[in-house]
Amino acid sequence: MKNNLQYSKWQLIWLVVLRVAIGWHFLYEGMVKVVNPNWSSVGYLLDSSGFFKEMYYSIASNPELLRLADFLNVWGLIAIGLGLILGLFTGIASWSGIVLLCFYYLSHPSFIGVSYSMPMEGSYLVVNKVMIEMLAVIVLLLFPTGRQIGLDRFIFIQKNN
Amino acid sequence: MAETNKKDIPNSNDNNGISRRDIIKGLATVPVVGAFFYGWYKKRKLENLLRDSIREEITLDNENPVFHRKVSTEKQIRLGIIGTGGRGRALLKACGFLRPEIIDGYVESAKENKTDKRYAEFLEQEDLNIVINGVCDVFDVHAEFGMKACSNIDRLPSDQQMSPFPKRYKNYKELLAADDIDAVIIATPDHWHGTMTIAAARTGKHVYCEKPMTWAVEETYEVVKAVKENNVVFQLGHQNRQTESYFKAKEAIEKNVLGKVNLIEVTTNRNSPQGAWVYNINEKGNPKTIDWDQFIGPAPMHEFSPERFFRWRCWWDYSTGLSGDLFTHEYDAMNQVLGLGIPNSAMASGGIYYYKDGRTVPDVLQMTFEYPDKGLSLLYSASLASNKRRGRIIMGHDGYMELGSDMKIYADRGSSKYKKKIEAGVIDPTRPIFSFTPGLKQVDAITSATEQYFAGRGLLYTYRGGKRVDTSHLHIKDWLDGIRSGSEPACNIDRGFEEAMTAHMGTVSYHEKRKVFWDVDKQKIV
Repeated sequence: MKNNLQYSKWQLIWLVVLRVAIGWHFLYEGMVKVVNPNWSSVGYLLDSSGFFKEMYYSIASNPELLRLADFLNVWGLIAIGLGLILGLFTGIASWSGIVLLCFYYLSHPSFIGVSYSMPMEGSYLVVNKVMIEMLAVIVLLLFPTGRQIGLDRFIFIQKNN
Repeated sequence: MAETNKKDIPNSNDNNGISRRDIIKGLATVPVVGAFFYGWYKKRKLENLLRDSIREEITLDNENPVFHRKVSTEKQIRLGIIGTGGRGRALLKACGFLRPEIIDGYVESAKENKTDKRYAEFLEQEDLNIVINGVCDVFDVHAEFGMKACSNIDRLPSDQQMSPFPKRYKNYKELLAADDIDAVIIATPDHWHGTMTIAAARTGKHVYCEKPMTWAVEETYEVVKAVKENNVVFQLGHQNRQTESYFKAKEAIEKNVLGKVNLIEVTTNRNSPQGAWVYNINEKGNPKTIDWDQFIGPAPMHEFSPERFFRWRCWWDYSTGLSGDLFTHEYDAMNQVLGLGIPNSAMASGGIYYYKDGRTVPDVLQMTFEYPDKGLSLLYSASLASNKRRGRIIMGHDGYMELGSDMKIYADRGSSKYKKKIEAGVIDPTRPIFSFTPGLKQVDAITSATEQYFAGRGLLYTYRGGKRVDTSHLHIKDWLDGIRSGSEPACNIDRGFEEAMTAHMGTVSYHEKRKVFWDVDKQKIV
């Protein structure tokens, strides 16, 4: 049902711009990590705080899990980024993006009384830019555009045929 | 959805399935991917250009320093240890021997805290193929701790089968006379270092001695003579000699990255009773459990005092104060990196300003060492009652280096060498032009701010595949390699002589309230 949502021209344009911009950000974050041979999520994980920090610590302390986390991070970011930009498997890309951003937020929540050694580039109380980006992807999920502007359009046609 | 736009929905009734409109709309965002990678390419190209032009200037390579000698551990070495207090037991751990109770603690702690890898790391520590055949300590409790550690040859927790205790020697001379001991570790209070090293060397035993090498000036000459005449392998316990970043720092100095070095600033910044040598007094320590006469040894006689026994660093009678205990770490690191040798002169000042607990050694100390032939000053400043971290800086005309477990080099704004590149915007004096973090697979001229941040806080990348290794372990291994293969240990007797004399010059200056000089011809402090 929701895939048949019909937008005005400007609604469609700005939803697509938002989707492409978020995709661009994901893609760049992934590419930066893929070309840096020293990159690992370990520092970020060990800097975790909040309710779930134990979980992040245990990922960091287990070499296999850490390797998996690093792999999923890098290639997840790239796949989600390309998916959002191209409008390819947009629904899956949005869902994955939400999950990933949710992990990021929960590892470094901007809760009262929590501080991090990793520098933050703004001032936050509970809501931070990671959360905003996650909420924006939720909006993209509920207002999909991939089947109108994006490669999903072709997949959708084939399916209907 | 204010208005309906039916044309926007893919038209499945179309015979071909895909219309021209579908193609345009379906591929509309593909050019964005092209734009992304064009931007990506431009950015990478700029970064590489900046990096290459910095590398043209500073010819440090990207490789981690290689410094582990491969010497076979096939031949077992039989050790004795004199002094099994805190530091002695840390050295036993570095040798591969740890009391089962300590391991129990590691195991418990690892259950609570998943990031506690101490036991796992200890198990991974290389087996050096040594056996400890003799333990000597004047305090029964410490002797027992030492023997327990040495009997745990399989690195097990306390419910497991241990080997028999090694022999306890009541007097160090008996231990040195033993036939089943090839080499000794000396980890006693400072006032015993020289005397014991001389005695050990004369019995032909190789020596690993804790720093500082000597307590008094005169015995220093005797130590050198005894070690050299008896051809024993001597290692002074400055484990910084094994720290990777110092090797890289040395390379940077050799390649003249900093230009003319004219000032070195090193510091001690501590602010806790433990850090100020107010160690715990063991309640079991009394004249029955402590061989007080043997503790006193070469020091002036004093009535039994648990304070003096457990907090010996606070009295000149047994200690070398800030100069011998903490400055020597800084000095030896700089001697390693810059090959300083003994200074031309030393000037010290300071006092007992915070810990008015009866101690005789100062808790605030400044010392300046001059090297006119090298054209530089070495400045040391210490406080035992303020924690403000001041680091360790080597300052040259073209750049300065911050050296710790990692190493960073910054260009100086007034540099002649980097002038053009700074003006061209290629070199930014506020960012490191070179940084080295041990454990990283690659050394990079430009690393991200986040990477720098983690490195500075010890959240290193060495968890990934790499292992953290105890530097004291490597330093003992370096000594054992010397015994097995004849190679020269990193902090040998000559480096030890430089360390001891430099520290003594500071102390003599402090006591005599005057500038003291090193007479090169007479090899004397004047």
